[in-house]
Amino acid sequence: MGVNRRDFLKIAGLSTLAGLGGKTAFELLAPGELEAREAPLGDAQKWGMVVDMHKMDEALMDKCIQACHRFHNVPNIGNPKEEVKWLWKETYHHSFPGRENEYLTEEIEEMPFLLFCNQCTNPPCVRVCPTKATFKREDGIVIMDMHRCIGCRFCMAACPYGSRSFNWGDPRKAPEALNPGFPWNPDYPTRSMGVVEKCNFCAERLAQGRYPACVEAAAEEVEGALVFGDLADPESEPRAVLREQYTIRRKPGLGTGPNVFYVI
Amino acid sequence: MYDGGKIITGLVIGLALLLFPFFYTAGKAARAPEAELTPKAKEAEKCVEATPFMKTEHMKLLDEWRDEAVRDADRYYKSELTGKVHYKSLQVTCMDCHSNKSKFCDRCHTYANVDPFCWDCHIAPKESE
Repeated sequence: MGVNRRDFLKIAGLSTLAGLGGKTAFELLAPGELEAREAPLGDAQKWGMVVDMHKMDEALMDKCIQACHRFHNVPNIGNPKEEVKWLWKETYHHSFPGRENEYLTEEIEEMPFLLFCNQCTNPPCVRVCPTKATFKREDGIVIMDMHRCIGCRFCMAACPYGSRSFNWGDPRKAPEALNPGFPWNPDYPTRSMGVVEKCNFCAERLAQGRYPACVEAAAEEVEGALVFGDLADPESEPRAVLREQYTIRRKPGLGTGPNVFYVI
Repeated sequence: MYDGGKIITGLVIGLALLLFPFFYTAGKAARAPEAELTPKAKEAEKCVEATPFMKTEHMKLLDEWRDEAVRDADRYYKSELTGKVHYKSLQVTCMDCHSNKSKFCDRCHTYANVDPFCWDCHIAPKESE
């Protein structure tokens, strides 16, 4: 059977039309199944956090760090050169370089600050990742797909906040004496040797409608020490704090757009 | 042919050695192992999808789950078989019923000589025995 050029074009055009129409009809008849997903915290456009340093003390920071590390099975390696951390403490001078004013209050000079991934609006770690193992979700969380990480550590070089740690060894072989009963949380994986890891704003808890582990731990002691919510929503809790209090961010001049704020 | 006798004897011995494993195990094919179900799995009766599908395609399903859960933040799976919604997680959902990794996962994986690296990171439930 011969099909001439004219007939071929007619058939091609008609099938394209049918294809387009068919897809639209399908979408109209079966609207997004995704809406059924339960998320009591609600979906955000830009998750962010405010750390109120007036309500924080070192013991509370330790509690937050422990809650996070126990939940995510982050072991204490015992060697600062190979340390793995999602949440950690650091001095004012190391946290906010460029703001080392002379004659600071004793409180600020001596108090450690609670640091973690800033979940940047313009994250340099995402730009440099050659495998797209680190990427930015639509809700603003900068998260890692551990299955894709090849351990090149470009992201560690790119991150100006030191938020990323490399697994120099198998975390399950971390010293038993420092990590009794590791892995602590049977519902969360550990990492393997040779991958980078960092804070993920507890994306897996948000999916179940729970606040991040550190926020939950802090809230047990004092209300409003860590305020978590959607920065894109003017009615959200962190936005209310930001309206009322003066806050600073880490190295904003670099243009990464950190989404973690500190009330000092 | 020089030293023909020696060469042919050598060839015969060599061939015999080469074929020895085939004759030795002839008729003794190892039986494919049966995955053992825990009481909890038996009680549930139905897995996320139909059993034949799970037998042949579970690795593809898990692969899709891990991409969708991590990359698309789509962590719930609606079963086409039962219509139930499951949390996409090997460690939390699959291993909750199949808490006998050594008898459910490892038996067949060993038989099929596959060595999935899931367990490098994901934690297998503790088995009592």
